[in-house]
Amino acid sequence: MSTLVIAEHDNVTLAPATLNCLTAAQKIGGDIDFLVAANDGGSVAEEAAMAAGVRKVLKADSPAYEHPVAENLAPLIARLASEYTHILAPATTFGKNILPRAAGLLDVQMISDVTAIVAPDTFERPIYAGNAIATVRSKDARILLTIRSTAFDPAAAGGGNAVIENIDATSDAGLSRFVKAELSESDRPELGTAGIVVSGGRGVGSAENFSLIEQLADRLGAAVGASRAAVDAGFVPNDYQVGQTGKIVAPELYIAIGISGAIQHLAGMKDSKVIVAINKDEEAPIFEVADYGLVEDLFKAVPDILEKL
Amino acid sequence: MKILVPIKRVVDYNVKVHVKADESGVDTANVKMSVNPFDEIAIEEAVRLKESGKADEVVAVTIGVTKAQEQLRTAMAIGADRGILVETDIAPEPLAVAKCLKALVERERPDLVIMGKQAIDDDFNQTGQMLAALLGWAQGTFASKLQLESGQATITREVDGGLETLLLPLPAIVTTDLRLNEPRYASLPNIMKAKKKPLDVLKPGDLDADFSPRLETLKVREPARRKAGVKVASVDELIHKLKTEAKVLS
Repeated sequence: MSTLVIAEHDNVTLAPATLNCLTAAQKIGGDIDFLVAANDGGSVAEEAAMAAGVRKVLKADSPAYEHPVAENLAPLIARLASEYTHILAPATTFGKNILPRAAGLLDVQMISDVTAIVAPDTFERPIYAGNAIATVRSKDARILLTIRSTAFDPAAAGGGNAVIENIDATSDAGLSRFVKAELSESDRPELGTAGIVVSGGRGVGSAENFSLIEQLADRLGAAVGASRAAVDAGFVPNDYQVGQTGKIVAPELYIAIGISGAIQHLAGMKDSKVIVAINKDEEAPIFEVADYGLVEDLFKAVPDILEKL
Repeated sequence: MKILVPIKRVVDYNVKVHVKADESGVDTANVKMSVNPFDEIAIEEAVRLKESGKADEVVAVTIGVTKAQEQLRTAMAIGADRGILVETDIAPEPLAVAKCLKALVERERPDLVIMGKQAIDDDFNQTGQMLAALLGWAQGTFASKLQLESGQATITREVDGGLETLLLPLPAIVTTDLRLNEPRYASLPNIMKAKKKPLDVLKPGDLDADFSPRLETLKVREPARRKAGVKVASVDELIHKLKTEAKVLS
């Protein structure tokens, strides 16, 4: 058996989710190679080569890989596929965009959002917003998976000494063209990997009031999240959204403030180790999953916490 | 400009599903079924493009049971011009759906396919990308904004770090994210009108579709339940418990 892990990166550093994906590959067993397709991805390849348990790093450089455009990356993955029994990518917007396209080219029914490796051909994945867990076995000759980061600990970033092998890039498909990216700049930890997440919902009431959530997050060294309602209302940008179709998080501590707890939100955070809910409505469904519930107006409770911490 | 909108009949998003006692699947008997919410956004977007004069025809298609005609009628009440049902009792996997849609695309020759980014039942998030691969078309996934101009689509995508804008040559596949639009409520006159719009029913064989599964579902179980928590009476008690009991604050 041999697995190819598709590295997510920004042409400079490896995205943390890649290391969670590596752990999943180690659970499958066999040789593990990384693919770093980038525009001048030397530093990414070196970082990937140091990760624990990697045999070699395939490095393909091309201006066509500067941005992760699926039409350019999927043919490269498909070309390399014959050498591998498994191809893995993180279940981030990066992996969700490119891997199904590669699966289409390879005639493989890929498996999304894998949360457990049961056997090399058998996997667990959540369905119905995490209200059920399916165990599925693939009958395909080659297996393509996206890996949910919160279900696998990150592999060690050091200790490895893989060979870096330069490979030919595919030509630009000439389809989608990158125009621009508007990425949120923040000194806070990344939402998907933070140890503590403080999230606000519709109850926060406005973009201005959301600074209260941010103050608490900063006091705790936490990432800031939000419910869909808060994003739709324009309190915060889309990349704050935690839920079935937003980010999946599983921090040590998740503090839900002014969030009622729709099943779509719970799907994104219910694997957190400790959940705290603060909501003035004692009937709010969020209390059903909270370890500690405080029924109180958030505009009283949050300043009170800030004062006492 | 013709737009094809593939939709799926799914358990309504407000229904909390339960796993069957024999762990063979999820109990979907007698629960409310609806158009997959992301697909409803896709229909709305296509209809808006038609209303703004950028498209001439919107065709809704689905693959499913006879009753999936209800969801096509919903699409037509929002404003789709006609519907196509590929009738089957099998729930096909994303790759098989993509192959069947490819055959429909070759029949209908749309300039643009708009579809939901994922169905809220199996949560796969694959079909649009696979269809784009099979057709060799450009793909714009997780779109929160779509503009058509001179044979190109400019789309804004919701990505993990924020937003990304791509320029797609047509024909192309666009998959919708939640904030692309807010679908309208169909008015009663439009619901009545939708009943008279053309709805073609095809058999999988008409499109040479093969729905045999590649995945075998061995088991469907309930997720691990969280232990019931406690209500705390005050901020002081909360902080105390987080420090001494949960030990998540120092």
